[in-house]
Amino acid sequence: MTDATTVLSTTDPRVVRAIELIWREAELLDRKDYTAWNGLYADDGLYIIPIDPHTEDFANTLNMVYDDARMRQMRVTRMIEGYAIAAVDAARTVRTVSRFVPESVADDEVVLRSAQILIAYKRGRHDIWAGDLVHRIRLSEAGEDRIAQKVVRLVDSEEAVPAAGFLL
Amino acid sequence: MTDNTTAPAGLAAGDRVAGRLYTDPDIFDQELTRIFERTWVWVAHESELPGPGTFKSTHVGKQPVIVTRDRKGELRTLLNRCRHRGASICEKPSGKANGFTCPYHAWSYGLNGQLRGIPYPDGYEGVIDKSELSLKKLRTESYGGLVFATFNEDAEPLEEFLGDARLWIDRFMKQGGGYPIKVLGKHQFKFRGNWKIQLENTTDGYHFPIVHRSWMASVDAETADMMSFMTDPAAITHDLGNGHSVMQMVPEHSDLDADDGTEPLQGRFDDLVAELSKTLDEAQVRKLVRAMHGTGFNLNLFPNVSMSSAFFRVLRPVAVDETWIEHVAIGPDGPPEVDAVNRERLRIHEHFQGPFGFGTPDDAEGWDRVQRGAQGAPEMPILVNRGIGRETRSAEGWPTAHVTDETGMRAAYGKWKEMMGDD
Ligand code: FES
Ligand SMILES: [Fe+2]
Repeated sequence: MTDATTVLSTTDPRVVRAIELIWREAELLDRKDYTAWNGLYADDGLYIIPIDPHTEDFANTLNMVYDDARMRQMRVTRMIEGYAIAAVDAARTVRTVSRFVPESVADDEVVLRSAQILIAYKRGRHDIWAGDLVHRIRLSEAGEDRIAQKVVRLVDSEEAVPAAGFLL
Repeated sequence: MTDNTTAPAGLAAGDRVAGRLYTDPDIFDQELTRIFERTWVWVAHESELPGPGTFKSTHVGKQPVIVTRDRKGELRTLLNRCRHRGASICEKPSGKANGFTCPYHAWSYGLNGQLRGIPYPDGYEGVIDKSELSLKKLRTESYGGLVFATFNEDAEPLEEFLGDARLWIDRFMKQGGGYPIKVLGKHQFKFRGNWKIQLENTTDGYHFPIVHRSWMASVDAETADMMSFMTDPAAITHDLGNGHSVMQMVPEHSDLDADDGTEPLQGRFDDLVAELSKTLDEAQVRKLVRAMHGTGFNLNLFPNVSMSSAFFRVLRPVAVDETWIEHVAIGPDGPPEVDAVNRERLRIHEHFQGPFGFGTPDDAEGWDRVQRGAQGAPEMPILVNRGIGRETRSAEGWPTAHVTDETGMRAAYGKWKEMMGDD
């Protein structure tokens, strides 16, 4: 890890790479291109939507989503196979990810906090999904940057949210 | 059944109900007073109130309440409404407290609801009697760890109301594998439809392979095999009386104590078995692992809670076309070595339940569709007559039919009709 005052900037080229990956992820999710989305994750990557806004102990806590590679692959299958009625008739989504704050920056890993505002439209209704994101991006020499962990903390995670047919 | 608009009971027959039951706001208002404010409504599991001073906020029908365990350890349900000018006195979902102080003018109440203090009391001298201004209390009783409350001072005792469902509650709690049951966490979600659509669903075996095809495809072969009850004649549903019913999908897991040792443990739990075997004996391990998916039945209690396989499902009517649901994950409350069991149970729960599970969103889509469709020809009946011709009586005297039949729904609508009709 290098000196904080010089590197914790969103213009650091390593941070720029991470941000571009996060934006690519957001676009793939809005396009519902789940196969390509899953390809952005490291083999040991985790995709998590917790309920408890403060927990870091996801394994011992009930989450909305706690996906390792196996669960993610099954989820992708569910989303695209055409048998899940919620996925077939899923809302259309448009999301913005911004307000990036680098939490740590190193040559092999960048941790970034950000805000995500998502509008989901289905059958005459717009639902708002607001949440804080934390991405742990693994950088590689070969340019094969991957998501090692993504945590989505919804502002209303402890209340009732609509049962979703899409991913955050 | 279409002519009388003032008596909703007339809209339900034994085997069909008018679609208007899902869409008419007047009927919804009457349901709140005639059903939710008159019968026993589930408010908590005792593990959510582990000691004196612990509390939980929830609702009975549309009315906000706080469930507390007072200093003496007694369970109380208090209306969450200050006696002064009506502010809600607690907005925390749960916690621990010595009492409750209203944030508006600081009237303070004990855990049993008693008004303890009023700031600057001189203006009230000779005006009020503090002993008459306790928080409004609801009758509160529990059975098998399940806490129920009612606004109705004349309601029958809880145990009587539960009746034959008690046997099934006792069986359900055996999934602790010898330990008590505790709440591990809960999913909450909402759908744009009437509460009775959800009430029906918990004993609707008929929808399972169709709606949950994508979940079935994602689980291991052993789990899928366990849930393939559609053509199993031993898989049956009983009407237990008082609107309660039980749907046995995996009859061989109905009583987890009945184990002749021949059923192999599921291969997916091999690592867990190895882990548990370090400290627990073989019989204990077998008990815990056989209960991994809960019990093999869904017990539906009228009107707002069901015990479904491995969790509680709680419904809350919000509007005629909006319902909030909780899926409460449960597991054994044991020593630290049992944590591995609960971790696995959490993963199983996440796999199906909640707003991003592999099952719940598909159920919710089905329920949304019912609400949307029911707006067409509101007097045209909704059918709950499947299997009525093959209904028999069990040895216990319970009306019984196949697990895919609508016996449980007929039980619930029978109670609904009774409560909506009498005065
Ligand atoms: S409203 Fe509660 S003290 Fe005034
Ligand atoms: Fe279902």
